Amino acid sequence: MSTIEERVKKIIVEQLGVKEEEVKPEASFENDLGADSLDIVELVMALEEEFDTEIPDEEAEKIRTVEAAIEYVKSHSGE
Amino acid sequence: MTDLMNISGQVALVTGASRGIGKAIAQQLVARGVTVIGTATTASGADAITTYLGSNGEGYALNVTDADSITAVLKYIDEKYGQLDILVNNAGITRDNLLMRMKDDEWESVMDTNLTSVYRLCKGVMRGMMKRRYGRIINISSVVGTTGNPGQTNYCAAKAGLVGFTKALAKEIAARGITVNCVAPGFIDTDMTKALTEEQKQAIFTNIPAARLGQPEEIAAAVVFLATPGAAYITGETIHVNGGMAMI
Repeated sequence: MSTIEERVKKIIVEQLGVKEEEVKPEASFENDLGADSLDIVELVMALEEEFDTEIPDEEAEKIRTVEAAIEYVKSHSGE
Repeated sequence: MTDLMNISGQVALVTGASRGIGKAIAQQLVARGVTVIGTATTASGADAITTYLGSNGEGYALNVTDADSITAVLKYIDEKYGQLDILVNNAGITRDNLLMRMKDDEWESVMDTNLTSVYRLCKGVMRGMMKRRYGRIINISSVVGTTGNPGQTNYCAAKAGLVGFTKALAKEIAARGITVNCVAPGFIDTDMTKALTEEQKQAIFTNIPAARLGQPEEIAAAVVFLATPGAAYITGETIHVNGGMAMI
Protein backbone atom coordinates (compact mmCIF):
# COMPACT_ATOMS: atom_id res chain seq x y z
CA MET A 1 0.00 0.00 0.00
CA SER A 2 1.48 3.32 -1.08
CA THR A 3 1.51 6.28 1.25
CA ILE A 4 -0.68 9.31 0.55
CA GLU A 5 2.42 11.20 -0.46
CA GLU A 6 3.37 8.61 -3.05
CA ARG A 7 -0.14 8.42 -4.46
CA VAL A 8 -0.44 12.19 -4.78
CA LYS A 9 2.95 12.44 -6.46
CA LYS A 10 2.05 9.67 -8.90
CA ILE A 11 -1.09 11.54 -9.94
CA ILE A 12 0.86 14.77 -10.40
CA VAL A 13 3.38 12.97 -12.60
CA GLU A 14 0.60 11.44 -14.69
CA GLN A 15 -1.58 14.51 -15.00
CA LEU A 16 1.10 17.09 -15.67
CA GLY A 17 3.46 14.84 -17.60
CA VAL A 18 6.46 15.78 -15.47
CA LYS A 19 9.37 13.73 -14.13
CA GLU A 20 9.11 12.26 -10.66
CA GLU A 21 12.22 14.08 -9.43
CA GLU A 22 10.65 17.42 -10.37
CA VAL A 23 7.74 16.83 -8.00
CA LYS A 24 9.35 18.37 -4.93
CA PRO A 25 7.19 19.46 -1.99
CA GLU A 26 7.72 23.17 -2.63
CA ALA A 27 7.17 22.92 -6.41
CA SER A 28 4.40 25.18 -7.72
CA PHE A 29 2.18 23.54 -10.32
CA GLU A 30 2.00 26.71 -12.34
CA ASN A 31 5.51 28.15 -11.98
CA ASP A 32 7.64 25.03 -11.65
CA LEU A 33 5.67 22.24 -13.31
CA GLY A 34 4.28 24.16 -16.28
CA ALA A 35 0.59 23.65 -15.50
CA ASP A 36 -2.08 26.06 -16.73
CA SER A 37 -5.32 26.74 -14.87
CA LEU A 38 -7.19 23.95 -16.68
CA ASP A 39 -4.39 21.47 -15.90
CA ILE A 40 -4.82 22.30 -12.21
CA VAL A 41 -8.60 21.79 -12.43
CA GLU A 42 -7.97 18.38 -13.99
CA LEU A 43 -5.39 17.55 -11.34
CA VAL A 44 -7.90 18.33 -8.61
CA MET A 45 -10.44 16.12 -10.43
CA ALA A 46 -7.93 13.29 -10.47
CA LEU A 47 -7.20 13.73 -6.76
CA GLU A 48 -10.93 13.65 -6.03
CA GLU A 49 -11.24 10.34 -7.82
CA GLU A 50 -8.13 8.74 -6.36
CA PHE A 51 -9.14 9.57 -2.81
CA ASP A 52 -12.90 9.31 -3.34
CA THR A 53 -13.59 12.77 -1.98
CA GLU A 54 -15.04 16.04 -3.20
CA ILE A 55 -12.79 19.06 -2.94
CA PRO A 56 -14.83 22.28 -2.68
CA ASP A 57 -13.87 25.05 -5.14
CA GLU A 58 -12.62 27.39 -2.42
CA GLU A 59 -10.30 24.65 -1.11
CA ALA A 60 -9.21 23.63 -4.61
CA GLU A 61 -8.07 27.18 -5.29
CA LYS A 62 -5.54 26.89 -2.45
CA ILE A 63 -3.96 23.75 -3.85
CA ARG A 64 -1.14 25.34 -5.81
CA THR A 65 1.91 23.32 -4.74
CA VAL A 66 2.79 19.67 -4.32
CA GLU A 67 2.94 20.12 -0.57
CA ALA A 68 -0.49 21.80 -0.46
CA ALA A 69 -2.00 18.87 -2.36
CA ILE A 70 -0.46 16.30 -0.03
CA GLU A 71 -1.47 18.26 3.04
CA TYR A 72 -5.03 18.67 1.84
CA VAL A 73 -5.46 14.96 1.21
CA LYS A 74 -3.81 14.02 4.50
CA SER A 75 -6.03 16.32 6.55
CA HIS A 76 -9.19 15.11 4.81
CA SER A 77 -8.60 11.38 4.63
CA GLY A 78 -8.56 10.62 8.34
CA GLU A 79 -5.25 8.77 8.07
CA MET B 1 -9.00 4.45 -44.15
CA THR B 2 -10.82 5.90 -41.21
CA ASP B 3 -14.32 7.02 -42.05
CA LEU B 4 -14.28 10.67 -41.02
CA MET B 5 -18.07 10.78 -41.05
CA ASN B 6 -18.59 7.76 -38.80
CA ILE B 7 -20.27 8.54 -35.46
CA SER B 8 -21.91 5.17 -34.99
CA GLY B 9 -22.04 3.92 -31.41
CA GLN B 10 -21.83 7.37 -29.85
CA VAL B 11 -24.29 8.83 -27.36
CA ALA B 12 -25.95 12.24 -27.85
CA LEU B 13 -28.14 14.51 -25.76
CA VAL B 14 -30.41 16.76 -27.81
CA THR B 15 -32.55 19.32 -25.97
CA GLY B 16 -35.87 20.42 -27.40
CA ALA B 17 -36.19 17.30 -29.50
CA SER B 18 -39.97 16.86 -29.63
CA ARG B 19 -40.42 18.82 -32.85
CA GLY B 20 -38.84 21.13 -35.39
CA ILE B 21 -35.08 21.40 -35.69
CA GLY B 22 -34.37 19.32 -32.55
CA LYS B 23 -36.43 16.42 -33.85
CA ALA B 24 -34.65 16.53 -37.22
CA ILE B 25 -31.28 16.52 -35.44
CA ALA B 26 -32.24 13.55 -33.27
CA GLN B 27 -33.50 11.62 -36.29
CA GLN B 28 -30.39 12.23 -38.37
CA LEU B 29 -28.09 11.26 -35.50
CA VAL B 30 -30.07 8.05 -35.01
CA ALA B 31 -29.85 7.32 -38.73
CA ARG B 32 -26.06 7.37 -38.31
CA GLY B 33 -26.07 4.88 -35.47
CA VAL B 34 -26.00 7.31 -32.57
CA THR B 35 -28.02 6.62 -29.42
CA VAL B 36 -30.02 9.77 -28.70
CA ILE B 37 -31.55 11.06 -25.51
CA GLY B 38 -34.00 13.71 -26.63
CA THR B 39 -35.56 16.09 -24.16
CA ALA B 40 -38.90 17.86 -24.05
CA THR B 41 -40.45 20.11 -21.42
CA THR B 42 -43.46 17.88 -20.84
CA ALA B 43 -43.87 14.17 -20.12
CA SER B 44 -46.12 13.80 -23.17
CA GLY B 45 -43.44 15.44 -25.32
CA ALA B 46 -40.86 13.03 -23.91
CA ASP B 47 -43.15 10.08 -24.67
CA ALA B 48 -43.53 11.27 -28.25
CA ILE B 49 -39.74 11.34 -28.57
CA THR B 50 -39.45 7.83 -27.18
CA THR B 51 -41.97 6.71 -29.78
CA TYR B 52 -40.21 8.18 -32.81
CA LEU B 53 -36.72 7.16 -31.62
CA GLY B 54 -37.76 3.56 -31.12
CA SER B 55 -34.92 1.35 -29.93
CA ASN B 56 -32.31 4.00 -30.78
CA GLY B 57 -32.78 6.17 -27.74
CA GLU B 58 -35.41 7.71 -25.56
CA GLY B 59 -37.26 10.83 -24.60
CA TYR B 60 -36.70 12.53 -21.26
CA ALA B 61 -38.74 15.27 -19.60
CA LEU B 62 -36.29 18.07 -18.85
CA ASN B 63 -36.86 21.61 -17.68
CA VAL B 64 -33.72 23.30 -18.98
CA THR B 65 -34.27 26.28 -16.67
CA ASP B 66 -34.04 24.06 -13.59
CA ALA B 67 -30.48 23.28 -12.43
CA ASP B 68 -31.61 20.18 -10.52
CA SER B 69 -33.43 18.83 -13.56
CA ILE B 70 -30.22 19.21 -15.60
CA THR B 71 -28.16 17.44 -12.93
CA ALA B 72 -30.72 14.62 -12.93
CA VAL B 73 -30.69 14.01 -16.69
CA LEU B 74 -26.89 13.99 -16.85
CA LYS B 75 -26.71 11.55 -13.94
CA TYR B 76 -29.29 9.36 -15.66
CA ILE B 77 -27.29 9.29 -18.89
CA ASP B 78 -24.07 8.57 -17.05
CA GLU B 79 -25.59 5.65 -15.16
CA LYS B 80 -27.48 4.16 -18.08
CA TYR B 81 -25.11 4.79 -20.99
CA GLY B 82 -21.78 5.48 -19.27
CA GLN B 83 -20.74 8.16 -21.75
CA LEU B 84 -21.89 11.29 -23.55
CA ASP B 85 -20.12 12.18 -26.78
CA ILE B 86 -22.38 14.80 -28.32
CA LEU B 87 -24.36 17.60 -26.66
CA VAL B 88 -26.74 19.56 -28.86
CA ASN B 89 -28.18 22.61 -27.11
CA ASN B 90 -31.23 23.20 -29.23
CA ALA B 91 -34.04 24.04 -26.77
CA GLY B 92 -35.20 27.58 -27.27
CA ILE B 93 -38.20 29.84 -26.98
CA THR B 94 -39.31 33.24 -28.24
CA ARG B 95 -41.18 35.89 -26.28
CA ASP B 96 -41.32 38.65 -28.86
CA ASN B 97 -42.12 42.24 -27.95
CA LEU B 98 -40.87 45.68 -28.74
CA LEU B 99 -38.33 46.69 -26.15
CA MET B 100 -40.56 49.53 -25.04
CA ARG B 101 -43.24 47.02 -24.14
CA MET B 102 -41.07 44.13 -23.03
CA LYS B 103 -41.77 42.70 -19.60
CA ASP B 104 -39.04 41.46 -17.28
CA ASP B 105 -40.42 37.94 -17.39
CA GLU B 106 -40.27 37.95 -21.21
CA TRP B 107 -36.62 38.95 -21.04
CA GLU B 108 -35.75 36.54 -18.25
CA SER B 109 -37.54 33.48 -19.61
CA VAL B 110 -35.75 33.80 -22.95
CA MET B 111 -32.37 34.28 -21.23
CA ASP B 112 -32.97 31.33 -18.88
CA THR B 113 -34.14 28.93 -21.57
CA ASN B 114 -31.88 29.96 -24.45
CA LEU B 115 -28.64 30.97 -22.74
CA THR B 116 -28.37 30.04 -19.05
CA SER B 117 -29.44 26.47 -19.81
CA VAL B 118 -26.49 26.13 -22.18
CA TYR B 119 -24.10 27.33 -19.49
CA ARG B 120 -25.49 24.72 -17.10
CA LEU B 121 -25.54 21.83 -19.55
CA CYS B 122 -22.04 22.51 -20.83
CA LYS B 123 -20.71 22.78 -17.30
CA GLY B 124 -22.44 19.53 -16.44
CA VAL B 125 -20.89 17.53 -19.28
CA MET B 126 -17.42 19.02 -18.89
CA ARG B 127 -15.93 16.57 -16.42
CA GLY B 128 -16.87 13.49 -18.43
CA MET B 129 -15.68 14.93 -21.73
CA MET B 130 -12.43 16.22 -20.20
CA LYS B 131 -11.65 12.80 -18.79
CA ARG B 132 -12.35 11.04 -22.06
CA ARG B 133 -10.51 13.70 -24.05
CA TYR B 134 -13.40 13.78 -26.46
CA GLY B 135 -16.58 15.73 -26.92
CA ARG B 136 -18.72 17.59 -29.40
CA ILE B 137 -20.85 20.49 -28.20
CA ILE B 138 -23.12 22.12 -30.76
CA ASN B 139 -25.20 25.13 -29.80
CA ILE B 140 -28.10 26.23 -31.94
CA SER B 141 -27.86 29.99 -32.31
CA SER B 142 -29.75 32.02 -34.92
CA VAL B 143 -29.05 34.36 -37.79
CA VAL B 144 -30.81 37.12 -35.85
CA GLY B 145 -28.16 36.87 -33.16
CA THR B 146 -25.86 38.43 -35.75
CA THR B 147 -28.23 40.57 -37.81
CA GLY B 148 -30.76 41.62 -35.16
CA ASN B 149 -34.51 41.54 -35.63
CA PRO B 150 -37.05 44.08 -34.38
CA GLY B 151 -39.28 42.72 -31.64
CA GLN B 152 -36.64 40.21 -30.56
CA THR B 153 -34.13 42.08 -28.38
CA ASN B 154 -34.29 39.28 -25.83
CA TYR B 155 -33.98 36.44 -28.36
CA CYS B 156 -31.23 38.19 -30.35
CA ALA B 157 -29.27 38.93 -27.18
CA ALA B 158 -29.47 35.32 -26.04
CA LYS B 159 -28.54 33.94 -29.47
CA ALA B 160 -25.60 36.36 -29.83
CA GLY B 161 -24.63 35.42 -26.27
CA LEU B 162 -24.38 31.79 -27.36
CA VAL B 163 -21.83 32.72 -30.02
CA GLY B 164 -19.58 34.47 -27.49
CA PHE B 165 -20.03 31.67 -24.97
CA THR B 166 -19.12 29.13 -27.66
CA LYS B 167 -15.91 30.93 -28.60
CA ALA B 168 -14.74 31.33 -25.00
CA LEU B 169 -15.45 27.72 -24.06
CA ALA B 170 -13.90 26.47 -27.30
CA LYS B 171 -10.65 28.20 -26.37
CA GLU B 172 -10.72 26.80 -22.84
CA ILE B 173 -11.02 23.17 -23.87
CA ALA B 174 -9.68 22.88 -27.43
CA ALA B 175 -6.53 21.14 -26.21
CA ARG B 176 -8.65 18.43 -24.59
CA GLY B 177 -10.19 17.11 -27.80
CA ILE B 178 -13.52 18.83 -27.24
CA THR B 179 -14.97 21.12 -29.89
CA VAL B 180 -17.66 23.72 -29.29
CA ASN B 181 -19.48 25.24 -32.24
CA CYS B 182 -22.70 26.97 -33.22
CA VAL B 183 -25.10 26.37 -36.03
CA ALA B 184 -27.09 29.50 -36.79
CA PRO B 185 -30.31 28.76 -38.68
CA GLY B 186 -31.99 31.38 -40.81
CA PHE B 187 -35.69 31.23 -41.57
CA ILE B 188 -36.65 27.59 -41.08
CA ASP B 189 -40.03 25.97 -41.54
CA THR B 190 -40.94 25.19 -37.91
CA ASP B 191 -43.64 26.01 -35.38
CA MET B 192 -41.44 28.82 -34.07
CA THR B 193 -41.36 30.67 -37.39
CA LYS B 194 -45.07 29.98 -37.94
CA ALA B 195 -45.61 32.17 -34.88
CA LEU B 196 -44.07 35.18 -36.62
CA THR B 197 -46.45 37.84 -37.94
CA GLU B 198 -47.14 38.13 -41.67
CA GLU B 199 -45.34 41.46 -41.62
CA GLN B 200 -42.23 39.90 -40.06
CA LYS B 201 -42.32 37.00 -42.53
CA GLN B 202 -42.59 39.24 -45.60
CA ALA B 203 -39.72 41.41 -44.41
CA ILE B 204 -37.47 38.39 -43.91
CA PHE B 205 -38.66 36.47 -46.96
CA THR B 206 -37.72 39.17 -49.48
CA ASN B 207 -34.14 38.93 -48.19
CA ILE B 208 -33.58 35.22 -48.80
CA PRO B 209 -31.69 34.62 -52.08
CA ALA B 210 -32.67 30.94 -52.01
CA ALA B 211 -36.27 32.22 -52.16
CA ARG B 212 -37.62 29.57 -49.85
CA LEU B 213 -37.76 28.54 -46.23
CA GLY B 214 -35.09 26.21 -44.93
CA GLN B 215 -36.07 22.74 -43.78
CA PRO B 216 -35.19 21.43 -40.30
CA GLU B 217 -33.22 18.61 -41.96
CA GLU B 218 -30.92 21.18 -43.53
CA ILE B 219 -29.97 22.46 -40.09
CA ALA B 220 -29.60 18.93 -38.76
CA ALA B 221 -27.15 18.08 -41.56
CA ALA B 222 -24.80 20.86 -40.42
CA VAL B 223 -25.10 19.72 -36.80
CA VAL B 224 -24.29 16.13 -37.75
CA PHE B 225 -21.24 17.30 -39.71
CA LEU B 226 -19.89 19.17 -36.67
CA ALA B 227 -20.37 16.00 -34.61
CA THR B 228 -18.24 13.85 -36.92
CA PRO B 229 -14.53 13.06 -36.48
CA GLY B 230 -13.92 14.99 -39.72
CA ALA B 231 -14.85 18.23 -37.97
CA ALA B 232 -12.28 17.80 -35.19
CA TYR B 233 -10.30 20.89 -36.25
CA ILE B 234 -13.34 23.19 -36.37
CA THR B 235 -14.00 24.87 -33.03
CA GLY B 236 -15.43 28.16 -31.82
CA GLU B 237 -17.05 28.51 -35.23
CA THR B 238 -20.58 29.40 -36.25
CA ILE B 239 -21.99 27.76 -39.36
CA HIS B 240 -24.74 29.90 -40.84
CA VAL B 241 -27.45 27.95 -42.65
CA ASN B 242 -29.81 30.55 -44.05
CA GLY B 243 -30.20 30.27 -47.82
CA GLY B 244 -27.93 33.25 -48.36
CA MET B 245 -30.03 35.56 -46.19
CA ALA B 246 -26.94 36.79 -44.37
CA MET B 247 -23.42 36.04 -45.58
CA ILE B 248 -21.27 36.57 -42.54
